[in-house]
Amino acid sequence: MSAVDALKPSFELAVIGAGPAGMAAAVAAAQRGVATILFDEQASPGGQIYRGVTTTPLRRRELLGDDYWHGQGLVDALLGCAADYAPRSIVWAVTRIGDGFELAVSRDGVAHLVRVAHLIVATGAQERPFPIPGWTLPGVMTVGAAQILLKTAGLVPGDGTVVAGSGPLLPLVLAQFAAAGVSVDAVLDTTPRDRRWRAAWRDVIGFATSPYLAKGVALLRRARAAGRVVRGVESLEAIGDHRIERVRYRAGGQTIELACTSLLLHQGVVPNINFANAIGCEQRWDEVQACFVPVVDAWGASSVPGVTLAGDGAGIAGARAAEAHGRIAALNAACAIGRIDPAQRAAAGAAAQADRARWLRGRRFLDVMYRPAPQYRIPVGDTVVCRCEEVTARQVLESVRLGCTGPNQMKSFLRCGMGPCQGRFCGLTVSELIAKERGSTPAEIGHYRLRFPIKPITLGELASLPQTEASEQAVVRLPK
Amino acid sequence: MFQRLSEAGPPTLPLTIDGNAALARPGDSVAATLIGAGHADCRTTPVSGSARGPYCLMGICFDCLVEIDGRPNQQGCMIEVQAGMQIVRQEGSRPVDVEATR
Repeated sequence: MSAVDALKPSFELAVIGAGPAGMAAAVAAAQRGVATILFDEQASPGGQIYRGVTTTPLRRRELLGDDYWHGQGLVDALLGCAADYAPRSIVWAVTRIGDGFELAVSRDGVAHLVRVAHLIVATGAQERPFPIPGWTLPGVMTVGAAQILLKTAGLVPGDGTVVAGSGPLLPLVLAQFAAAGVSVDAVLDTTPRDRRWRAAWRDVIGFATSPYLAKGVALLRRARAAGRVVRGVESLEAIGDHRIERVRYRAGGQTIELACTSLLLHQGVVPNINFANAIGCEQRWDEVQACFVPVVDAWGASSVPGVTLAGDGAGIAGARAAEAHGRIAALNAACAIGRIDPAQRAAAGAAAQADRARWLRGRRFLDVMYRPAPQYRIPVGDTVVCRCEEVTARQVLESVRLGCTGPNQMKSFLRCGMGPCQGRFCGLTVSELIAKERGSTPAEIGHYRLRFPIKPITLGELASLPQTEASEQAVVRLPK
Repeated sequence: MFQRLSEAGPPTLPLTIDGNAALARPGDSVAATLIGAGHADCRTTPVSGSARGPYCLMGICFDCLVEIDGRPNQQGCMIEVQAGMQIVRQEGSRPVDVEATR
């Protein structure tokens, strides 16, 4: 259905996140008769990949491309199904109540409590931290941010823009810039040139027979029109006083400086795990993707009963795989609440499983080829690691030498990861830095233990929660 | 610096940025409005006072915090512009009104 104004007090299923996985999950669950609500932070559905698909001013189809407009069909299905859809809604806490959960949700500054039997977490991906010197300067943004400006506002880079980094999103965004008639001053390609494809030869066959090969070749060709590419960039630095003024890089044995007013950075995406981590879902270190990934079974079930994970938040696999994963997760939820049995889940899920397998083919090759080089993941010296608390790599290493053994202890040493972003832009860096300094692995060092609320809320929002007599007694001790 | 594609349409919504009259495109976020108006920065940090501007535009980095209609620490990328909105770039940490806490 279209967006709801009032929240009902309980549902069988809540889905968190209206990207491809969340939308597909909500639609599939509603089709099975499961009372479903989809919560999303944004004002309109689509997640980041289909961001603004219902609102973008760029209606010329070739500008954002067919893959983007695929999201329109998902949105239409969502708005046409029986599930409630709650935009501008931040689920900031989950409490287990019996076999189900109580969610704390804020909408327009007012908090509400909603009971659900099952939870599908489809929180998607975020861009990997890119901790280079000067990455906090105004004028330095992510490539994803520039793409959001393009999709939602028709804003495009002007003169003096440099793009730097690696990963499949880069040629996609450059191709979109080219289609909009925009070029950038330079594209600094940080993809390592270490002939790693030799180690990935097993994955080459999968990639060659995947839908990604033809798409990739076409994108790379169209992206070329967007700017001069410098390959083999081995170091990168943003320089400026109060805002970016130039970028310094090293390639082909030379150090070069370019004047610029914007630097757009990107080196792949990683699962947005804060929500799953805070619920207590087990996670593992993925050495190829160089990130923490929640542990799920073939149906998306996490280690926490009643919590199913879907889409890139459960491991980076791309939008189409996420969509199939959403349908799979919905069947798991329907099974978990007793609407169908495991045999029916298997029968009904076969098509979605085959679809997901098709979109997973070739991903491992992309993961290997675009794995960022160590110098872009593990910074040194005075480079800022934690943007919120302004903690540097040097400080992190000093605290390790003082005996700090892991990221959670690091919080009490340095407040690292305790600012408003809650470790989203330093978690991976801190785990890798500590692991390197201690001669250990990120798998052993682990990730921050994250806690609710997963986004900052005001005391006013907390105070707006419904009170019970017991909670009032606990605070003001009213005479009985 | 960012430029507007013509098909995005002209900015028509009146508001203020740091007290100065400005026009925003209806539907844009506060952060997109600042970027479109040529402001790469939107605040200084509470820790060192260094300048910051929007970084991720998807609601997770909290670098686009601004004061909107008198309320500090609002995520500029998550809030849509409204006619008459007063957007103020913020300096350092939010001041605590000591009198109000007594």
